[in-house]
Amino acid sequence: MSRTVRGKVAVVGIGETEYYKRGEAPDAEFKLALKAILAACEDAGISPKRVDGFASFSNDRSDPSHLAAALGVDDLRFANMQWGGGGGGGSGAIANAAAAVATGMAECVVVFRALAQGQFGRFGQGPQRDVIAGDGAHTVPFGLMSPAQSFAMKVTRFMHDHGVEQNALRAISLASYHHAQNNPRAVMHGRPLDEEKYDNSRWIVEPFHLFDCCLENDGAAAMVLVSAERAGDFPHKPAYILSALSGSHYRAGASVHNTPDYASSTFKTVVPRLYDMAQVKPADVNVLQCYENFTGGVLMSMVEHQFCDPEGCNEFFVKDNLIAPSGKLPTNTSGGNLAECYMHGLGLNIEAVRQIRGQSTNQVDDVDVALVASGPMVTPVSSSIFGTEATL
Amino acid sequence: MSYLNSGLPKPVLAPDGLDSPFWEAASRDVLMLQRCGSCSEFQWGPEWICHRCHSEDVGFEEVRPVGNIYSYERVWHPVHPALKDQGPYIIVLVELPECNNVRLVGNLMGDPEQSVEIGAPVQAFFEHHRDAEPPFTLVQWEKV
Repeated sequence: MSRTVRGKVAVVGIGETEYYKRGEAPDAEFKLALKAILAACEDAGISPKRVDGFASFSNDRSDPSHLAAALGVDDLRFANMQWGGGGGGGSGAIANAAAAVATGMAECVVVFRALAQGQFGRFGQGPQRDVIAGDGAHTVPFGLMSPAQSFAMKVTRFMHDHGVEQNALRAISLASYHHAQNNPRAVMHGRPLDEEKYDNSRWIVEPFHLFDCCLENDGAAAMVLVSAERAGDFPHKPAYILSALSGSHYRAGASVHNTPDYASSTFKTVVPRLYDMAQVKPADVNVLQCYENFTGGVLMSMVEHQFCDPEGCNEFFVKDNLIAPSGKLPTNTSGGNLAECYMHGLGLNIEAVRQIRGQSTNQVDDVDVALVASGPMVTPVSSSIFGTEATL
Repeated sequence: MSYLNSGLPKPVLAPDGLDSPFWEAASRDVLMLQRCGSCSEFQWGPEWICHRCHSEDVGFEEVRPVGNIYSYERVWHPVHPALKDQGPYIIVLVELPECNNVRLVGNLMGDPEQSVEIGAPVQAFFEHHRDAEPPFTLVQWEKV
């Protein structure tokens, strides 16, 4: 099959800034982007001047031409933005970069995300203006304006339809905080979470307690992609892209909460293509990084990626099943968006690469296949699957 | 009577006029939704063409303001200064079976800590803000 990126592209460098609480980054957002890209290039052992493409998502403010100028890039060949909000484009940006490398449009593409919510707007706040028109006029005046408020009704409907209990959401949060305690980069390192603390935490919007919600952070993350032919020339074990793509179901973008398949993480049409391209089955996945805007989105994503039957959530979603190294499916092994850092999910892709390399602070044994689900409940969403050389 | 404290962004007609008949009708205690003149199906939110048959003949039609609760949420944490002292409030997503199951967002009138049942029948309550500048009307919902 020639119309695929499977095995044609590899991640050979990863880099992150220090992760900060919102508003605490000492650097400007654009400088954070540069620092993450420099770190990724150093990890790959390449000069940043040899980077010839940039891909990002969620309307990242760090413009590729400006980045190329600041880095002294010799020959910019690819400048790409994946449309759509939230973290839905994390794996989509990787897919776009991989497509550029696989087709020869570019040789060395950096996928990045930089975010300083302290310097720009906070995602968790409603619009503060006098009037509102268009789609927002049909939601905001009713007090429906934050991401948590925008997604809670999807999760409530899913939980209602399938008898899912609150403890299933709690298990996802407990696993993330468990992993963060072993990860010194994590913002929540040294801040453990147990059942009692979760249960006693305040509601943000039912069914989300405080600990069901992602963090708000400042920082940046980047990864370097090259063709598989060159992947052996770099210092670290390559993480080959087995699959990466994006999409959404019929009228997922219908406004005012009118998508027909409402109680969904938006992955149903993406997942069959994802596994087909990767030539893997859900049971082949050794470790999962699953975007947590909110725990309910993780739960629906894992169901739609076929790791769990919708009627079996209460049994599957227990902490022991989700933690490294011994769980049935170790999930969000860096602490993820809940407890490591909210870098719009690109940190999840980087953690998947670490798992393939064997470098995670919560390393799973014998990882060959690592899956990342990016940005549930938005549209489009995206997913990626990384593999070791043995999977090619 | 206003369900939420005042101070949230006020709805105004979109400059492109796409949803103007909805707001104009609400001010008269009437619910009007978009219906295709060619295939007679409803769609919401409003679009410039029918998503089923692609006709440009999309107009607004008065409908019975009744539906069922499709989903809901009880909000506790305020994300806007106007709601700082609000306390919890309930948002409902109401499905209109007589209109191709299109859905509208509103608040559920009454006790903000009441239990809410998915599937429960509701009817519209037109919440007028005649003294606001500019004046507007919200389509809210109450249990039948």
